[in-house]
Amino acid sequence: MVPRVVRVSRRAPDAPQVWTLELETEAPELDAFAPGQFNMLTVFGVGEVPISVSGNPAAPERLAHTIRAVGPVSTALVGLKPGDPLGLRGPFGRGWPMDAAEGRDLVIVAGGLGLAPLRPVLYQVVAQRARFGRLVLLYGTRSPDDILFRSEIEGWRSRLDLDIDITVDHASPSWRGHVGVVTKLIAGAAFDMSRTVAFVCGPEVMMRFAVAALRDAGVADGAIHLSMERNMKCAVGFCGHCQLGPAFVCRDGPVFRYDQVRDLFGVKEL
Amino acid sequence: MGIQGLERIVMEHPFFAGLDEGLRALVSGCASNARFEPDQYLLREGEPADQFYLLRQGRVALGIRAPARGELVFQTVAEGDVVGVSWLIPPYRWASDARALDVVHAIAIDAACLRRKCEEDHDFGYAMMQCFLPTLIQRLHAARLQILDVYGTPA
Repeated sequence: MVPRVVRVSRRAPDAPQVWTLELETEAPELDAFAPGQFNMLTVFGVGEVPISVSGNPAAPERLAHTIRAVGPVSTALVGLKPGDPLGLRGPFGRGWPMDAAEGRDLVIVAGGLGLAPLRPVLYQVVAQRARFGRLVLLYGTRSPDDILFRSEIEGWRSRLDLDIDITVDHASPSWRGHVGVVTKLIAGAAFDMSRTVAFVCGPEVMMRFAVAALRDAGVADGAIHLSMERNMKCAVGFCGHCQLGPAFVCRDGPVFRYDQVRDLFGVKEL
Repeated sequence: MGIQGLERIVMEHPFFAGLDEGLRALVSGCASNARFEPDQYLLREGEPADQFYLLRQGRVALGIRAPARGELVFQTVAEGDVVGVSWLIPPYRWASDARALDVVHAIAIDAACLRRKCEEDHDFGYAMMQCFLPTLIQRLHAARLQILDVYGTPA
């Protein structure tokens, strides 16, 4: 429960109001994480927030977190410079079921900042390509300026063994890509439903419709996995702030299999 | 392209996949072949909705022009989609621009011809509504999600 002190080693802009911080720690053996897990980051004197790890699980010494400046803590986080100290607790949570995806086709549906907790999945699949079937990334965001990790996506796009489609909500005439909701890309993606696992992360509204589109396409409920977000405070299943029905997002999630949370999706009080 | 070739293409186009064969033949009677170069406009906002298009190949950007902002694209459509739905309702004018992003091959459908056939044969007209309504509903839902700006900074 006590944060260890780490330092910012690198800070880079990704999109308007979005920055990726890489952290260096004095105990790198504690930095290993699974794709989909999160850390609690503290700006001393300001507060603590949960942030998904967005870096490469094979390179935990470059512990990356992609942060959008929304409230006072996240705004303070993105204002930190290389060398500045911050607190770190974690990693916490249940990540993406990479074992369930092995030997199968993997469809990743990401919306906005939701691509950040999925980037470790992409790193792992690319590094261990032979262990997985087809990989399809469908990414929706607000505008071309809001596309995260652009140079990496371009690099992955140049590979012949990955399919990447990006769509934006609105664009100027210079944009030659898709414009429209990411759910439209699901219908157009050619994959074998019977051997597909889907990982979905983004605003919950987007995830609801993405799940509906995946189910319409024939993906089984048990093969769809979502990263849920609630107001996490303790991160260890004590305070109850992140409770989602009978589950704690910090401890039982943030990644859930869809059939575990299907009945909770429609409950607006949750 | 011969009439038979065009009829076959209309028959096989996914937009009319659920339509009875005889009714698809009625549609093909109003059809012709069309091709557009990149950045060529299929239709322009405000112009009479005389012809709509079934896309066979290539992508099209649907957008609206705004002063000092140029063309604001709100949707792209591709193979299997339809370009132009305002032909269905008065005043039969296009509400947006449609610009080819790639070389586009399409089937052009004479909207006035089709409206006439819908008036003469109400069963055919109902079948046309059944083809177009799902597209309209999907686009309405998509537009709502885009307006909500779900990717924006939460309040």
